[in-house]
Amino acid sequence: MRPLAPLTLTGGRIVLSGAEPAPGALRCEGDRIVAVGKDVTPQDGDRVIDAKGALIAPGLVDLGVFAIDKAALHFGGITRAALMPDQSVALDKPSAVRFAAQSGKPDLWVHPLAAATKGLDGTDLAELALMRDAGARAVATGRRWIADSGTMHRLLSYCAMLDLVVVTHAEDAGLAGSAVATAGEMATRLGLPSAPAEAEALAIARDLLLAEMTGARIHIRQVTTGRGLDLVRAAKQRGIRVTAGVTPAHFMLSTTAIGDFRTFTRFSPPLRGEADRVAVRAAIHDGTIDVIASGHDPRGPEDKRLPFSDAEPGMAGAETLLALTLSLVRDGVITLARAFDLVAATPAELLAVDAGKLAAGYQADLALIDPDRPWIVDSDKMAASAGNTPFDKQGVQGRVTALFKGGVPVE
Amino acid sequence: MTSANHTPQSRYPAGSAAFPHRDLTGLAGLAPWELLFLLDEAEQWVELNRQPQKRSEKLAGLTIINAFFENSTRTLLSFEIAGKRLGADVVNMLVAQSSVKKGETLIDTAMTLNAMHADAMVIRHQSSGAVRLIADKVDCPVLNAGDGQHEHPTQGLLDALTIRNFMTERGAKGDFGGLTVTICGDILHSRVARSNVHCLTTLGADVRVCAPPALMPAEVDAMKVTPFHDFDAALKGADVVMMLRLQQERMSGQFIPSPREYRHLYGLTLDRLAKAKPDALIMHPGPMNRGVEIDSNVADLAGRSAITSQVEMGVAIRMACLDVLTRRTRKVEGWA
Repeated sequence: MRPLAPLTLTGGRIVLSGAEPAPGALRCEGDRIVAVGKDVTPQDGDRVIDAKGALIAPGLVDLGVFAIDKAALHFGGITRAALMPDQSVALDKPSAVRFAAQSGKPDLWVHPLAAATKGLDGTDLAELALMRDAGARAVATGRRWIADSGTMHRLLSYCAMLDLVVVTHAEDAGLAGSAVATAGEMATRLGLPSAPAEAEALAIARDLLLAEMTGARIHIRQVTTGRGLDLVRAAKQRGIRVTAGVTPAHFMLSTTAIGDFRTFTRFSPPLRGEADRVAVRAAIHDGTIDVIASGHDPRGPEDKRLPFSDAEPGMAGAETLLALTLSLVRDGVITLARAFDLVAATPAELLAVDAGKLAAGYQADLALIDPDRPWIVDSDKMAASAGNTPFDKQGVQGRVTALFKGGVPVE
Repeated sequence: MTSANHTPQSRYPAGSAAFPHRDLTGLAGLAPWELLFLLDEAEQWVELNRQPQKRSEKLAGLTIINAFFENSTRTLLSFEIAGKRLGADVVNMLVAQSSVKKGETLIDTAMTLNAMHADAMVIRHQSSGAVRLIADKVDCPVLNAGDGQHEHPTQGLLDALTIRNFMTERGAKGDFGGLTVTICGDILHSRVARSNVHCLTTLGADVRVCAPPALMPAEVDAMKVTPFHDFDAALKGADVVMMLRLQQERMSGQFIPSPREYRHLYGLTLDRLAKAKPDALIMHPGPMNRGVEIDSNVADLAGRSAITSQVEMGVAIRMACLDVLTRRTRKVEGWA
């Protein structure tokens, strides 16, 4: 195959970190960005694409998906996805990691997260250095918290040595038990097994202390409560190397959404009360939350058309990640530039990949985006392999109109 | 409810407007007159059930399937008798818990039953919300016989009917306003408690719930009840004392240290009963742990214990529910 000619995107508004989008052009050679700015012009022989006023943005870097669902990820403008280790066979061996790392190429790069413990059972450390060298970009505890503090201590000190970020799940196992909802009026009315929201802060408190002791970097994949966010905020001020993420479910919805036992609103951690939802939005605003991810987990009827507590948690979130994040811009919670830090630049930094930003030398993973284009989420017509979205029939704004991975258009 | 079909004299609108729901999956959200309508409908069946000849042919030719995904003896028997006394063909399907696989099986089972053209289904399932899930998939009326820790609507209704009958026998008006009902036991895991709370608060009673913290659901006061941890305080001035069964596995250390410690704090003894009103009614949905949550001399207290009456009212209430829910199918005037 002949190498593609250099690509120049003109006539767009360029998304730059820390600044308002500015009119300009962007030029790529091979799979790299070579120039960005107002004065960039196409050269002879370039492929030239007129963005016609659209946003020229970095492709999204999704920190934590459960399935490599390419159609949905591409629909959502996602060019790189960190794959959670919770697969049918846990990503706890170098061979599994190596395979997963190749599984999306060329037009989707999958960054496997190595299972912290063998079989994700929370007891024995997995071969983390071998998995790192096989392509794992970080380590994750999976859907579960590691209950044994000794194991977690050893894990964090080992990962500090290997300089790998540990992606954690924050729910105290003893308090959470088999809960499927947050304790409160709704769980009480529905008669659902529930746990206090403090199960999250309890888990975070321990993990922050261990991170401080060991000097490890931890990324708490979902922080969903005001209490938990307060701990993260204070830890950051103390200089602990911690980052926090969330998925749109927890800044869009609260526990009232589980009424009628709608299993598409069953998540792990579960939806929280309204005060916590407001706290999450405040934390996105003030920078306590660093990453918004989709948590993409498409689940068919066999996992969802069940009684609430028997259903699997999770949502097909890839397609709505961008639009729901942009709703925070419209609501005045964050600027447009910061929206792309949350969904691209910061996750790329955590994964130590040279993507997620529009700057010379970075990978030419690009999205043309119409940030205002309205569309309606329809669970029957999704690109995802299953339509389990709690936002069915909801109007949203913001749509990817073209996507490039390494300078090559994604079909 | 519109004024056109509601006269000030009657408690509820005429015809199907008195109970416009296809299913009975819970008592939450039902209007007071809908509850009263079902209670009033049950009265005729209380009468019939006391006759030597206890059979009506109202539901003759109809097929009722009792699909029980969770073990039950008493409730199943009560529903079976109710259906048979109305002349329906009653079929029981008992799905042993061990053979029920997760996945599509629950919906598949519901679709299978639906294809057999049942005229009503009575369903019990161990998961909260399961009966609503099935009801959404089938074409016939569905009656919830208990879903997880969510609701057990016929139990709530039969308890209300029992209370009302005792009150009228004693010369009271049969009005729930001003009554104080204390429900004590494992409120957290109890669907009986939830249905009773919805029913009795909607009808105007003051409801107290009493349990140790570990067995009390969060924010229970949002359900318009007053929570208590101290049983003696909860009993003070109560007209009705309703004890709940505490499952054996929950009183061996996980929630309660031991049965005798539970009795020490929450057992209804004669001494404790004296804190309630002098003629307070004693109730228990059964089966009882005698000597744990209730002493035998309390459970068997003549004139005060309504426990066997609850069982009797259960059949009548279930007959009323089956009758009302099948009226559209039977094209009863005003319901078709």
